[in-house]
Amino acid sequence: MKGMTLIVKQISQLMVPSIFLLGIYVILHGHLTPGGGFAGGILIAGCFVLLVLAYGSDEVKSEVRKWRASFSESLGIFMFWFLAVLGLVQGSYFFYNIIAKINPGHPGQLFSAGIIPLCNMAIGIEVAGALFAIFITLAVLKAGEKL
Amino acid sequence: MLTSLILLLVLMILGAIVALESKDLLSGIISLGIIGFALTVIFIVLQAPDLAIVQIIVETLTLVILIAAVLKTTRKDTSEKTDTVKIILWITGLVCVIVFMLAAVKALQYLPEFGSAESLRMAKVYIDQGLALTGASNLVAAVILDFRGYDTLGEATVLFTSVVGIIAVLRTVGRKQS
Amino acid sequence: MIVYVLAILLFLIGLYGIVVKRNLIKIVISLMIMEYAINLFFALIGYREGGAAPIHTEELGDNMVLFVDPLPQALVLTAIVIGLGTTALLVSFAVRIYEKYDTFDVRKIRKLRG
Repeated sequence: MKGMTLIVKQISQLMVPSIFLLGIYVILHGHLTPGGGFAGGILIAGCFVLLVLAYGSDEVKSEVRKWRASFSESLGIFMFWFLAVLGLVQGSYFFYNIIAKINPGHPGQLFSAGIIPLCNMAIGIEVAGALFAIFITLAVLKAGEKL
Repeated sequence: MLTSLILLLVLMILGAIVALESKDLLSGIISLGIIGFALTVIFIVLQAPDLAIVQIIVETLTLVILIAAVLKTTRKDTSEKTDTVKIILWITGLVCVIVFMLAAVKALQYLPEFGSAESLRMAKVYIDQGLALTGASNLVAAVILDFRGYDTLGEATVLFTSVVGIIAVLRTVGRKQS
Repeated sequence: MIVYVLAILLFLIGLYGIVVKRNLIKIVISLMIMEYAINLFFALIGYREGGAAPIHTEELGDNMVLFVDPLPQALVLTAIVIGLGTTALLVSFAVRIYEKYDTFDVRKIRKLRG
């Protein structure tokens, strides 16, 4: 897959950091403002997609990127499951909000609501990895091309 | 507000008809974008900002994936001549649509009126005590990650499975040479 | 009530497309239309006249305000992302079939071999 013209490359170079930052903001403030793990994860995947479309897949080296995408996907789903099992370790039910019982925090602040921000982060990592892996596999690889 | 909602819905229906009936696959996919982005506006009108954010990004990514797939293969729709099979298909489609429509008309009688508060039987606890029980200001986040965490875990599993399926279907290593 | 009827009409258009169309990409498009219609229907059910978005803010304080229903919104939020995953899986099947048979037409893909 070839890259695009110089104009597209420069504009995407300007846009990608701010899109990435917006994605992180949306994930971290998911329990306070609209958004959350799903929206932020798709934003982060979208900024990688923009890079691949603008610069072409040769520059981004699809093999390394795909391995990292599937790794982050597995890491995210494992983190989410681990946070759910923490409740069982405590001796309570699955998805028990263990941190909120120890230190509830003030509602409306960034550090509040227990495991919900951590779950948001796990879901963000998982969704970003999954969608970028889907895009790399579907759109970039040609028939007969090796990964 | 009801008027704008109805106008947007009519726009979505027109976009759906164009998307299905166009001869060019690429223009069909772009007409699909009309439906998705109109749906984003409807979510904003219906006071669902979470859904609007997710829908607008998902729609963009879907269009990128579909356009990439179509550009990689072919843009032409298969020519559809009118023959007996086509007529049988038409009749089957009509029967399916009529059966579903009868069921939907029956079900619509039991729905509460649009915009009434009667439909809030289940969510009453979530709205009244959500902040006190979970500490999250965003009630949607409280529902998906605390009250209904199993749902989200299942969603993550489905996404993981679909990625595994895509990589398995489109793999090039280890495929038999035909 | 008319908004419900229009949402069901959108679903019916998708159903018609799945039954009648023979191009695989058109079938994927019809499935997506049905998915949009279902998401829309859920969001419509959760709406409440004069309701606010279900987010507690500083300005609202402790006043009991009218919120729209957060439960259908949470269900639709997961459904949208799953929809993207399943659509991509369908498209990958279609691309693989095109590589093997050089067509998207379902009538010409009958030579199934084990």
